[in-house]
Amino acid sequence: MTGFEYTVLIPLIPLVMFLLIGLLTVKWKPEVFGIMGTIGLGTSFLLSVVTAVNYFFIQGPGAGGFQCITPVKVTWLRLTESLHIDLGVLLDPISVMMLVVITTVSFMVHIYSMGYMKGEPGFQRFYAFLSLFTFSMLGLVLATNIFQMYIFWELVGVSSFLLIGFYYEKPSAVAAAKKAFIVTRFADLGFLIGILVLSFVTKTFDFDQLTSTTNTSIFTSGASLSFMGMSALSWAMLLIFMGGAGKSAMFPLHIWLPDAMEGPTPVSALIHAATMVVAGVYLVARMFPVFHFQAPDALEVVAWVGGFTSLFAAVIAMTQFDIKRVLAFSTLSQIGYMMLSLGVSGYGGEEGLGYMASMFHLFTHAMFKALLFLGAGSIIHAVHSNDMNDMGGLRKYMPVTHITFLIACLTISGVPPLSGFFSKDEILVAALEHNPILFGVEFLTAGLTAFYMFRLYFRIFWGTERHYHHTPHESPLVMTIPLMVLAFASVFSGFLPFSELVTSDKIGFETETHLMVAIPSVLIGVIGIVFAWFLYKKDSLVPKAITEKLGVLYKATYNKFYIDEIYLFMTKKVIFNYVSRPVAWFDRNVIDGFMVGIGRVTEKTSYRIKEMQSGQLQHYAFAFVAGTLVLVLSLLYFL
Amino acid sequence: MNLGQFILMRHELLLTIAAVFVLIAELAINEKAKSKIIPIALGVFALVTLIGFIPAEPGVLFGGSFQSSPLTSFMKNVLNLAVLIIFLQSEGWLKKPENLDKVSEYFILTIATLIGMNFMISSGDFLSFYVGLETATIPIAGLAAFDKLKSRSAEAGIKLILSSALSSGILLFGLSMIYGATGSIYFTDIAQNLSATPLVILGFIFFVAGMGFKISLVPFHFWTADVYEGAPITVTSYLSVVSKGAAAFTFSIILFRVFNAVFDQWQHLIYVLAVMTMTIANLFALRQDNIKRFLAFSSIAQAGFILLGILGAGELGMTAVVYFVLIYVFTNLGAFGVATSVYNASGIETISGYNGLYKTNPKLSLLMTLSLFSLAGIPPVAGFFGKFFLFTSAAGRGYYILVLIAVLNATISLYYYLRIVKAMFIDQNDQPVPLFRSSPMMRASLIICLAGIFLVGFVSGIFEYIRDLSHLFFN
Repeated sequence: MTGFEYTVLIPLIPLVMFLLIGLLTVKWKPEVFGIMGTIGLGTSFLLSVVTAVNYFFIQGPGAGGFQCITPVKVTWLRLTESLHIDLGVLLDPISVMMLVVITTVSFMVHIYSMGYMKGEPGFQRFYAFLSLFTFSMLGLVLATNIFQMYIFWELVGVSSFLLIGFYYEKPSAVAAAKKAFIVTRFADLGFLIGILVLSFVTKTFDFDQLTSTTNTSIFTSGASLSFMGMSALSWAMLLIFMGGAGKSAMFPLHIWLPDAMEGPTPVSALIHAATMVVAGVYLVARMFPVFHFQAPDALEVVAWVGGFTSLFAAVIAMTQFDIKRVLAFSTLSQIGYMMLSLGVSGYGGEEGLGYMASMFHLFTHAMFKALLFLGAGSIIHAVHSNDMNDMGGLRKYMPVTHITFLIACLTISGVPPLSGFFSKDEILVAALEHNPILFGVEFLTAGLTAFYMFRLYFRIFWGTERHYHHTPHESPLVMTIPLMVLAFASVFSGFLPFSELVTSDKIGFETETHLMVAIPSVLIGVIGIVFAWFLYKKDSLVPKAITEKLGVLYKATYNKFYIDEIYLFMTKKVIFNYVSRPVAWFDRNVIDGFMVGIGRVTEKTSYRIKEMQSGQLQHYAFAFVAGTLVLVLSLLYFL
Repeated sequence: MNLGQFILMRHELLLTIAAVFVLIAELAINEKAKSKIIPIALGVFALVTLIGFIPAEPGVLFGGSFQSSPLTSFMKNVLNLAVLIIFLQSEGWLKKPENLDKVSEYFILTIATLIGMNFMISSGDFLSFYVGLETATIPIAGLAAFDKLKSRSAEAGIKLILSSALSSGILLFGLSMIYGATGSIYFTDIAQNLSATPLVILGFIFFVAGMGFKISLVPFHFWTADVYEGAPITVTSYLSVVSKGAAAFTFSIILFRVFNAVFDQWQHLIYVLAVMTMTIANLFALRQDNIKRFLAFSSIAQAGFILLGILGAGELGMTAVVYFVLIYVFTNLGAFGVATSVYNASGIETISGYNGLYKTNPKLSLLMTLSLFSLAGIPPVAGFFGKFFLFTSAAGRGYYILVLIAVLNATISLYYYLRIVKAMFIDQNDQPVPLFRSSPMMRASLIICLAGIFLVGFVSGIFEYIRDLSHLFFN
């Protein structure tokens, strides 16, 4: 008994809610289902908070740091004695932290959606899917082994697909859902192969054994295996990272995330800002000891992919007009930060600063990015458009949304003492210790972030008013309360003593603000904000002039560097023509022909032997005796 | 004699008491209120089923003629559970006016056959086995001819009894040869003295033919389709699930325990039977339009799959067989339950009659679909796991080609299972079966089946539990 058995309820409650809401065919008012889902998640949320308080503060760290607890575990499929697939609950600092993040944001989104989705057809379906998603995500973070994680990983993918394609009558939503599913599924293929290679080498799926730093004997057998100049373990970890990169939308697998904004805005807040997209970060963090000790080269890849994505996405974000897309690219950029931070981290104590900073940023980012998305939803709700060209001067009409949005913008720009400042500062310090180039990239990105966020802010809330169809109004309380809660979290979560709670080796350490990094990073943030102020506070022609000056460069950025087009070219022109066509021909003519042939033969035989079943008992008896005799003869003479 | 020993026979004794109880209840109840027997019999039977789950230590009675172990008790519990579900499903049919005066007969006959099956499973020598077999068979003929005024039902009864007489004759002939070769009818003695002489092989094949009749293996299966079609639908489900399950249990116990010495011979025999059974049954199932006949062939094909588990032999094979039958109980009774409800409500027995059922009765159609998916072995429903373990147990012995054939057959079977799904969901119908509401008992049974279809596959503890039981059984 560990006293944590109740944690199994945290994912199970949303599952039950999904089944209830999804399968009940009674004709209740839709609101009832919304309330059911919200109460269910509220319970999960409370349980998560209780778990976190119990784990971090009441039980506290032991002599060797925080313990790794497995309160519930059942063997589901036994493949061999050592290799089996279990289902269970694993509690350690990062999973407990994720519990809080997921249930908080999900709970807020549940409440918010009662207002946002009011009157939508499919309200009940929406809540069923939300519960399903939350269940899958919670199962993912609580997984005791990498295979359980994979199962829930796929469930997360499916529920995300369902939610992006929620407006399934809209072709663009359907296309976006398909795109998200296919891209992440493609990445998951890498993940699966990685799991297989890893388990082949180590003969285990268990995180407990994989991440143990004392017993590394399981890796010794794989040390000699190599493929194309890289060790099998490095391949495994790279492939696993590919899965993570797909879900976390790292370059070049990022193309699905901006399109996924077709889903309802609360979904974007939940899935595409705070939870699912950080699954990849969580995966790397979960496997961190393996990365660090067994595959440092793979970890280096993680750092560079993260760094590149963060800059790349920030640049694109500056040129977008769809407010949700700006936020989507901003999410990419911030997740890039987290990945980079993990990639540059060492293990143990101060060395593990990057790890801790990444988790810290994950936490704060979840709060302020969910806030930004929900704020954007509130705006869209008011003006019925996603395009910032249709907005302006909204601060008068929507005071709560305005203030909370401003707080979130300041937070993401790293203005002290808001939470984003602390977590970003730690990341920059970690990057500087590891590699000055990566530090430079992140430093620049910080400035760009402040600029594009305030471009967004000024264009929405300041500038001249547009002709609105009806006067914009503040959203109802049920939508603004989650905004306020999240704003509160964004402001104060920076003061959590993260370095004492969530660290690479589970032993806390002290951090201080590094002024040498903090001052320049705040400065560049402020510069970005000031630039945005000058360009966008009032409508002016300057931005237009600048874009025209930049010409091709601007166009390329606006078109997201044509990555989508490259993908389309590669798939439609190259793969479809030169790979798929011949394969399809072979399939249609050879394989289908063979199969149809089998079908015909089966059909004909079936018709021919119909006569055997004559209905005459004497025939049956004859067949019985004759059959027996044939068997006797063949067994006696042929063997 | 220590009376406490009789706890080993608790299933048989309890069932006997239940049968007698129903008989007395029949006498005590007013002529006009015969339908009251249904809840009484159901209640008594549910109690018996429940008591059966009380665990008991393994042991033998009557000098080894009766053997009981946790595994055999588990098998009997599975059968009891299946019969309970069938009883729940038969309520609507029993309440029809033409059946009201024979309600108690139905229960007594069914319980009587069940007693026979339990004795079969627990038998420790060929005599008690044979008595059990006949007790299990003869009353079924009465059940098959239950709608005695309908010619098809009477025909089913007579066909069953005649073919069964033939098969029993051959089986007895075989047993006598084995007795002649080994000088004993006790399983333990035979197992020790058995060697692969032609006489033993001849006797063995005759034995397999007799059992093949019960499990309906090709070419001993011809009676199945006609009897299944003619018999009342609940009797058909009883035949296809309980009777077949019990025979499969007994067959595997005797093969593993008694004929282990001639494994080299019987593996070829079972191999051939498995291939023929799966393939030919599938070919016939392709072109059936009567749902009962269709399910008959489908159940023959399933029996072919069971043989794969039997080929796995030993602990793993036994586990796979028991696990599969457990799943098969829920799955097939789910399908039969829907067929029964539809028949009770509309009299429709043809697959084309199911056209458009989804529009009018979506829940029943969904349950039917799940059952069919489970029969076809599509994940994540339980049938997949059942087949999976059958195949692994055969593959574990190196029968890769057989597993391949089985997989091909499973694919063919998918075609005809999906045909019904297509009928229900896609095919248009001007006059679909109108919306109806099944009786509470029927709904209870369907919910049990639905739960079984999902849970037995996912709750891995069940498989592990059966494995522990069969480990105990073989050691």
